Amino acid sequence: MNIPQNLKYTEDHEWVLIDGDIATVGITDFAQGELGDIVYVEVEALDETVERHEVFGTVEAVKTVSDLFSPLSGEVIEFNDSLESDPEKVNSDPYGEGWIIKIKISNPEEIEALLDDAAYKAIIEK
Amino acid sequence: MKNTALTHVHEKLGAKMVPFAGYNMPVSYEGVTAEHETVRTGVGVFDVSHMGEFLVSGPHSLELIQKVTSNDASKLVDYQAQYSCLPNDTGGIVDDLIIYRINAEKWVLVVNASNIEKDWNWISKHNSMGAELRNLSEDFSLLAIQGPKAVEAMQSLTSEDLNAIKFYHFKVADFAGIENVMISATGYTGSGGFEIYCKNSEVEQVWNKVFEAGAAYGIKPIGLAARDTLRLEMGYCLYGNDIDDTTSPIEAGLGWITKFTKDFINAENLQKEKEKGPERRLVAFELNERGIPRQGYDIVDGNGKVIGNVTSGTMSPSLNKGIGMGYVPTIFKDPGTQIHIQIRKNAVPATVVKLPFYKG
Repeated sequence: MNIPQNLKYTEDHEWVLIDGDIATVGITDFAQGELGDIVYVEVEALDETVERHEVFGTVEAVKTVSDLFSPLSGEVIEFNDSLESDPEKVNSDPYGEGWIIKIKISNPEEIEALLDDAAYKAIIEK
Repeated sequence: MKNTALTHVHEKLGAKMVPFAGYNMPVSYEGVTAEHETVRTGVGVFDVSHMGEFLVSGPHSLELIQKVTSNDASKLVDYQAQYSCLPNDTGGIVDDLIIYRINAEKWVLVVNASNIEKDWNWISKHNSMGAELRNLSEDFSLLAIQGPKAVEAMQSLTSEDLNAIKFYHFKVADFAGIENVMISATGYTGSGGFEIYCKNSEVEQVWNKVFEAGAAYGIKPIGLAARDTLRLEMGYCLYGNDIDDTTSPIEAGLGWITKFTKDFINAENLQKEKEKGPERRLVAFELNERGIPRQGYDIVDGNGKVIGNVTSGTMSPSLNKGIGMGYVPTIFKDPGTQIHIQIRKNAVPATVVKLPFYKG
């Protein structure tokens, strides 16, 4: 299972890359494997402000659908619109070309609540 | 939870395993879309050993089968199979099944894994004529070898001419070095191929030989997820989704396996329902816009009124659009009728279509 050390994680199986006040968000390798072949990624909250834990979109796989929860509060400033035509990037490269949104962080204190790689690994191995 | 005789093989292949009908089953290996494509264009193998097998024998076999099933088994000749269902006495369906006639006094009924005990009790309860019944479910394995290349890929494993076995016919012959294997030209995919019944003690040898013989044809193992997308593209009913104890065969579109030329459990009421016309019908629909219908989603009319719900739905890998089935009032049943599927906040427009979705 690929769990990069430089990222933060949530219990909802999302990863977060913090760069200054911008957070890039995607779903983890474990999550894409559990969902199976992804056919749509929909982000309803582009250009909107979201609270931490709020649903910002959905990911639809052949067999199941899953909500996407915002790991941090802030404004959704970018959606990886290449996923419109190539949603399978989330399966093939979940931490790279399969990134989903960028958030302008409004409350940096929430970063402390994110999990590190070891804590996330412990969750999925439970 | 039960294992099939091949569970360790699936685990070694890296399959994602899920509990299904009390069995630990492979849901996918490399991914549902690729597996689906393998069966549509090449050849793939499913371990569906969870399915149940009952042997009905003796001079009263046909009498029992005719009483508990809706289709007319008297039309079968030796080595022919038939799709049928077990009507209950309250208008619904106990299970759907395949009936195999080996000879006039030896028949095999193949039933859904989730219903083995229910079916066994139901059939036993109606066996007033004294047919001999044996539940072979724990002793037999079932491999479905499906796809347009199945015949060619498997021919080297048997002395039977596979091309000569007609659809819904079977042979009891040598296969993969094992004698007395049931080779049946049936399946649940719409892409042709065989279902192979053998003993649990034999199935690993059969599995291995099937993969050796199929290697040159790109044969792959296929999981239950692709089994579901393949069957839904054909509009085949899945018990527990599209039919159950409360749905009648008439409203489910199974009138073609409900024959009033003979007597069977609840025939009188089902005939009345057929003459009067059912109040609701199982329909197939395609989404006009992007989205995926899922089991349990509401079907709504143009005014947002709920008219039914989705019994099966998926993204069709072959058509690349959302497809599904569900019950709606009869006025909505005709192909071309516009309905909507409530997908979270959106009522997504959909069109009622004729089956199959996938036309090959």
